[in-house]
Amino acid sequence: MADRRYVAPFAPQGATPIDGETAARVLRIALEQGGDYADLFFEYNVSGSYSLEDRILRSAGRSVSMGLGVRVMKGDATGYAYVQELTPEQMAHAARTAAQIAAGGKPHAPVEVKPRELPMRYAFASPSLEASGEHKRELLMRADAAARAADPRIVRVEASLSEELREILIATSDGKLVHDRQPLIRFSVVARAEQGDKRQSGSSGGGGRLGLEYFETKTPEYHAQQAVRHALAMLDARESPAGELPVVLAPGESGILLHEAVGHGLEADFNRKGTSNYTGQIGQRVASELCTVVDDATLHASRGSINVDDEGNLPTSMTLIERGVLTDYMHDRHSAEHFKRAPSGNGRRESFAAHPLPRMTNTLLLAGPHDPEEILRSVDYGIYACKFGGGQVDIGNGDFVFSLTESYLIENGKITAPLKGVNLIGNGPEVMRRVSMLGHDLGVSDGIWMCGKDGQSVPVGVGCPTIKIEAMTIGGTQAGKN
Amino acid sequence: MRYDIDGLIELGQRVVDAALAKGATVAEAITSEGAHLSAKVRLGEPELVEEAGSKSLGLRVMRDQRVAVTSTSDLSPAGLARAVEDALELASLSQPDPFAGPPDPSLLSKRSQHVDLDLFDERVDAIDAAAALDMAKRAEKAALSSDKRLSNSEGATVSRQSGASALVTSGGFQGGTRGTSVSLYVQPVAEDEGGKRRTGYHWTANRHFSELEAPEAVGEEAARRTLAKLGSRKLDTQRLAVVFDPDVARSIIGTLAGCISGGAVWRRATYLAEREGTPVASELVTIVDDPLMPRAWGSRSFDGEGLLARRNVLVEKGVLKQLLLDTYSARKLKRESTANASRGGSAGVGPSSSNLYLVPGTLSDEELLKSTDRALYVTDMMGYGFNPVTGDFSRGASGFLIEKGERVFPVSEVTVSLNFDKLLKGIDAISSKLDMRTSTAAPMFRVAEMTIAGS
Repeated sequence: MADRRYVAPFAPQGATPIDGETAARVLRIALEQGGDYADLFFEYNVSGSYSLEDRILRSAGRSVSMGLGVRVMKGDATGYAYVQELTPEQMAHAARTAAQIAAGGKPHAPVEVKPRELPMRYAFASPSLEASGEHKRELLMRADAAARAADPRIVRVEASLSEELREILIATSDGKLVHDRQPLIRFSVVARAEQGDKRQSGSSGGGGRLGLEYFETKTPEYHAQQAVRHALAMLDARESPAGELPVVLAPGESGILLHEAVGHGLEADFNRKGTSNYTGQIGQRVASELCTVVDDATLHASRGSINVDDEGNLPTSMTLIERGVLTDYMHDRHSAEHFKRAPSGNGRRESFAAHPLPRMTNTLLLAGPHDPEEILRSVDYGIYACKFGGGQVDIGNGDFVFSLTESYLIENGKITAPLKGVNLIGNGPEVMRRVSMLGHDLGVSDGIWMCGKDGQSVPVGVGCPTIKIEAMTIGGTQAGKN
Repeated sequence: MRYDIDGLIELGQRVVDAALAKGATVAEAITSEGAHLSAKVRLGEPELVEEAGSKSLGLRVMRDQRVAVTSTSDLSPAGLARAVEDALELASLSQPDPFAGPPDPSLLSKRSQHVDLDLFDERVDAIDAAAALDMAKRAEKAALSSDKRLSNSEGATVSRQSGASALVTSGGFQGGTRGTSVSLYVQPVAEDEGGKRRTGYHWTANRHFSELEAPEAVGEEAARRTLAKLGSRKLDTQRLAVVFDPDVARSIIGTLAGCISGGAVWRRATYLAEREGTPVASELVTIVDDPLMPRAWGSRSFDGEGLLARRNVLVEKGVLKQLLLDTYSARKLKRESTANASRGGSAGVGPSSSNLYLVPGTLSDEELLKSTDRALYVTDMMGYGFNPVTGDFSRGASGFLIEKGERVFPVSEVTVSLNFDKLLKGIDAISSKLDMRTSTAAPMFRVAEMTIAGS
């Protein structure tokens, strides 16, 4: 392994490691005003980006950010403060600021913190940050060359690689001390096609919690060809119908539907507050019997996988919906306390500058009994959706949208004409009840999704098999025709 | 907090000098520091108090037109040295870009030319946790006590930010600015039929404390907006006029700004790539970008490359007059920069708007609605459905059905769709009421016909 240039100073191998004793000292200050609980979140994040355009590596960048976030809880109230300098004075300052939430209570001492062993769900064979820049540039040039060679209608190509190494150390007043290094890469290709006065773009990308070994299974050429295929298909796109139609969703990326339709509504903070449309529905039927939904942090090297959450708890694979019946919510420490249960390891935060919230990791709809071909054959007239731009949900009533960037008409059981980009809109519980067929072809997204909540972004994974939804509203422009 | 702009400039100059000494031909540093406080109340009790300060450096270097950017929050001598070394190493990896380069030094503004736009308010800077919690509590109480159907709450949040930043470039530019902002956001929840909950919101925000709406007024308006959504239903799929409320109208104008940004134009990644001098919207539409408005969100006296900021008319009576350009995109397109460069904390530079607004029309909001025979009045949009290359536009929407100038019932779970070129050309009425609560703003406006997809 190459010499590691980027090591968190607070890490066990760092220049000024934070040990149990130092952490306890800061935690004691945090609890001085009578807080029930406190934790320290140290983070050192190094990220890099390389972008190729007009056949040249136009720019390369690197960012380093480091800090400590101190959280103090008293009942349902949270005090949070962070500092960027990890001197004893600054750490004490953050602890004193956060402690004020509990002003007036009796101080109590933290439990002695002990290091905790973690599982390993990331791949470190070939860490991206430590690889040579020339090698990364070559990966981008290969994508560019492959896309241009694929078809003369491709007039522009953009390719980018982003890499990140997030090193965290968490110490809690109930005795946990954990350290984790979380790698992440994302590769992306955009191809722009022109034919006459028609212009379209196509994209492809992927990555995960691994290094450059990613390219052994998905080559730059693969993503280039996918982007080209997408762009060329869209050149012939026609106006999409508007109104309610049957929808078949392709395996893998379509998991974004689950993420929006049910995932957010099952994050326990909304249920603690009673503001989700899934509040109080544990044990009730919330989806078709075909549907079993899990949040699985353990998938090897997937974008949403984590060894430990940002509160020091250990996530596993949890079943949220089993054969249509709601079984569980995703918890952080705060919601778990409220529901008097153990945290599920879903407490995540964007960075040291933000407090944890219940968040998804990899959210999957598990495989069903049907042959994907049979599912298509069952549709006379409908939409086949395979690439998505993103989605959003209104937690209170369950209405959600997601946008299609590649979709086709289904006519008489066959995929026919490509359609212009549209939004699909539906209501989470209603759409989940309308799942009438489910393929046996579970696929997991190739590492592209970022999830936003309360202004905080975290990487997530999604997955599903081929799904048939009896009817969903298609936001096309062709009204009154179907 | 006292912000030391001269200190930030001095730090930036040190970093620029260090980069030049290590072999950079161009070096530009942006330094910033800031403090923020956020206090949230839910059902009358404090839920979150967050407080912190931060500092950062962003550096862009060029070495024979090879470009690299670095940024760091570690401002120790070692951290700064690492940022400079990394930038030069990455620059040797980049490939020469014939269009890369700083603006001509003769175009750079002087510190003496930078006008004070009154962006900093000591009173905002001085808001403490107790005062913030008190404002949030009053606003939430006003919302929840106005109607018993408002049984729950996502809370009320007061946030304040203050900070300063400085830009130093090897071309000889030095400039700095400081500013404050404060906002209050209230989000009550009402129970609706079928276990659904309706969440509405209202907010006030300003750079100056004295210009905020009273917390009670914000709470009462949030309550009205939430209750108005009770009983929302779908519409049948149809073609219908659409009235955009200012909160969503501004996102339409923001989307247009993205399509006339120099970066999108030279990439030919916008349907407006070759449309300068031609009609791109209805004759009622004039869109202005004005960085020199006192106290406004997007105000700046110099742009992200040090050029003197100036007012630009982008669209005049429907005709596209001007793109948003920084030096790079201007060179790519063989033009002059419009002083619209923006430089993020991570040091990347690109064109962006400052205070961008649709010039108000002559009708009041009430007159505009009264003159509408039948329309969907959209108050909220969801999702991202826009393809800038083709202009295909489709978003989730909720709001009210308007018939003969009156609200008939609330609507949700529909989409509004139309190609963006037709949408802008279909604007047939614009209200006279413009609120610069946000850096991109628009009065209420109406589009003659769009496709509504529902049941």
